[in-house]
This record gives sequence, C-alpha cells and structure tokens, in this order.
Amino acid sequence: MATEEHGAESGGLVFHPMDQFIVKPMFGDGPVAWYTVTNVTLWMALAVVCVLLMFVLATSRRRIVPGRFQSVAELGYGFIYKMVEDIAGKDGVKYFPYIMTLFLFIVFANFLGLLPMAFTTTSHIAVTAVLAMGVFLTVTILGFVLHGASFLKLFWVSAAPLPIRPVLAVIELISYFARPVSHSIRLAGNMMAGHAVIKVFAGFAALAAISPFAILAITAMYGLEILVSFIQAYVFTILTCVYLKDALHPHH
Amino acid sequence: MATETHEVVDAAAPGMPQLDFSTFPNQIFWLVVTLVVIYLILSRVALPRIADILAERQGKITHDLAAAEDLKLKAVEAEQAYEKALAEARAEANRIVGLAKDEIKADLDAAIAVADAEIAAKMAESEQAIAEIRANAVTSIAEVARSTAVELANTLAPGIADEAAVLAAVETRLKG
Repeated sequence: MATEEHGAESGGLVFHPMDQFIVKPMFGDGPVAWYTVTNVTLWMALAVVCVLLMFVLATSRRRIVPGRFQSVAELGYGFIYKMVEDIAGKDGVKYFPYIMTLFLFIVFANFLGLLPMAFTTTSHIAVTAVLAMGVFLTVTILGFVLHGASFLKLFWVSAAPLPIRPVLAVIELISYFARPVSHSIRLAGNMMAGHAVIKVFAGFAALAAISPFAILAITAMYGLEILVSFIQAYVFTILTCVYLKDALHPHH
Repeated sequence: MATETHEVVDAAAPGMPQLDFSTFPNQIFWLVVTLVVIYLILSRVALPRIADILAERQGKITHDLAAAEDLKLKAVEAEQAYEKALAEARAEANRIVGLAKDEIKADLDAAIAVADAEIAAKMAESEQAIAEIRANAVTSIAEVARSTAVELANTLAPGIADEAAVLAAVETRLKG
C-alpha cells in the first residue's frame, strides 16, 4: 500500500524496494506495541491457515489411497521425518514435531511472501533470529542435559594430533557461536534480497523502453525465488537436524 | 494513511525496516504465538493422524500381500488336486479301455473258434462226399469197362469169346 502511494507521489522512476518490509498495524495508525495486530500477525496467521488446510483438512478423510492434497501432506511428513531420522539418528525422531513446526512455518511464510502485495515474515531478522536462537539454545541445553560436561568434547577434536587440538577447539568454539548468526542471516538475507531485487525490477518496469526486459527479469527472479523459498526452508531445517545431531551425539 | 505510517516508520528506521527495533517485540510475540499454534496443530492432530494413515496403509499392504500369498498357495493346491484327478481319470479310462479290449478279444476268439469248428466240420463232410463220388466213379468205370469189353468181344468175335475170361482180363487190367 505504502509503495503504491510513493510511486504516485513522486512519479517517474522511483525505487522503494524496502517498503514492502515495513511492519505496520492492520487497524489504525498507532505505534507498534508488542501486542498490536500488524501485517506480521496477518501473514503468520495465514501460514497457520495453510498448515491447517494442508495437514489437517487434507488428511481428514484418512484415505488409504490418498488424494492429491493428502499425498502432499504425506510427502512433507515423510520428507522431514526421513531427514530427521537420517541426520539426527533414531533418537532424534522424538524431536520431529519441533523440526516439522520450524520447516512448515518457514516454507509457508516464504511461499506466502511470494504472493503479490504480500509481507514476508521470514525476511525479518527479528523473526529468523528468534528461530535460530531457539534452535541454538535448545540444542545447547539439550547437549548439556544429555551429556553433562562431556558435551564439551564436541570442541575437542580427538581425531586431530594433540598439539593442534587447542587451536581447533578455539575454532570450533567460534564456529559454534557463529551458527545462530549464519543460520538466521542466511534465511532473512535470502528472502529480503530476492524480494528487494524483484521490487527494483518492478521500478524499472515503469519505463516503457525497458519494461519488457524488466518484466522478463521479474519473471525469472520470481522463478528463482520459488526455488530459493523452498531451498532456504530446507537448508534451515537440515542445519537444525545437524545441530541436533551434535547435541545427541557430540563425540563425532 | 499509508503515507503517515510510512513517515512514522521512516523516522524510526531510515533504510532497512528490518533494523527498526521498535517492531521487534511485536514480531517476536506473534512469531512465538504462531509457532506454538503450529506446534499444537501438528503434534496434537496432524502428525499422529498422518502417522496413523501411513501405518494403516503399511498394515493393509502387508495384509494384502499375505492374503495374496495365501490365495496363491490355494491356487497351487487346487492345481495339484486337479492334476491328480486328471491322472486318476486317465488311469481309470485306460483300465476300462483294457477291459473292453479283453472282452472283445475273448468274444472274437470264441467266435473264431466256432467258425473254425464249423469250417472243419463242413470240410470233413465235403471230403466224405468227394470220396463217395470218387468211389462211385471207380465202380462205374469198372462196370463200364467190363460191359464195354464184353460187348466188344461179342461184337468182334461172336461165339468165341468167353465171357468169364474177358471179365477176368478186364479185372486184371483195372488192377494194373
């Protein structure tokens, strides 16, 4: 909404690629308090609706021979279940609902964000940082609860020669704490960059001479973004599984 | 409306709305709510249901495969029973054919024996008749010879011929 009016205000070639990320209240103008119903609320609620449709409504008939939507739900279930089982191991399966929650939230938020005029909740560092910190803290606490102090052996690479082990330990420690940072910035950065680029091309489309190229570029970017939306959800989930594996089996 | 909102936000976050910290509590709050809701939906309803469906399908497949295996065994049994019945029927048929053949052979042998006997009897009869005819013929020839010789002698040398001598001569000739 804000973007359109900007274009109207100034006319000509105006870029406001970041306006789509503005958090604003759904009703009225007031300041954004923690409880305010904003566009964040709307698009997260839509993600919940999608989960309900795809995983509750589509499977409600419990058919032995599944229909299309039930097939998709079963495929998604099998996809994540197998990922958890393969990477985190048999004992990681009990954390499957948490990982499924993360995956479905990210994948639906990403895809909903591709709708025109949509707001992409996963393009905000606040959202992805909470997701990543949640994974980081859970995994770290889980590691210490399950293994006590021996969880620290994760940083002590026993396969390496003794003299370089302290050096490796420092590196491992740094990389361990860099995990939530890269985990969150990767997702938010990818989503934000893609949407901003599409918006920039959309700005170029206002010029008649290059508008065909701009529209072609938007189409191409859109295709790429569909791929990226899924891949980023996949990457986030698979990294969560890898971190979970470290917590469950820290001894390499 | 939008413009006003934008100004408010712009004041707080020049550049990236992502770095507008005033919206963080809002986003984090709604994110946590969303995640909890999705988690509850998944763990209470969706995932157990899908697991049920998959288990049920697996069970049904296993069950159907076992049933198919059963039916296959039954089919093999039925085929064996059929083969056995067929072999028995064939043996029975062979036995009946053999019996019939023996019976016919016995009948035939009896008939041939009867026919042989009849033929032998007829042959004996015929031989007897031929022997009789031959004997008659020999007697007739002797008689004709005798009477012819007497007649001849009487005609050629009437009065001289001794009938008894002629007859004796004829008799000697006939024997020689």
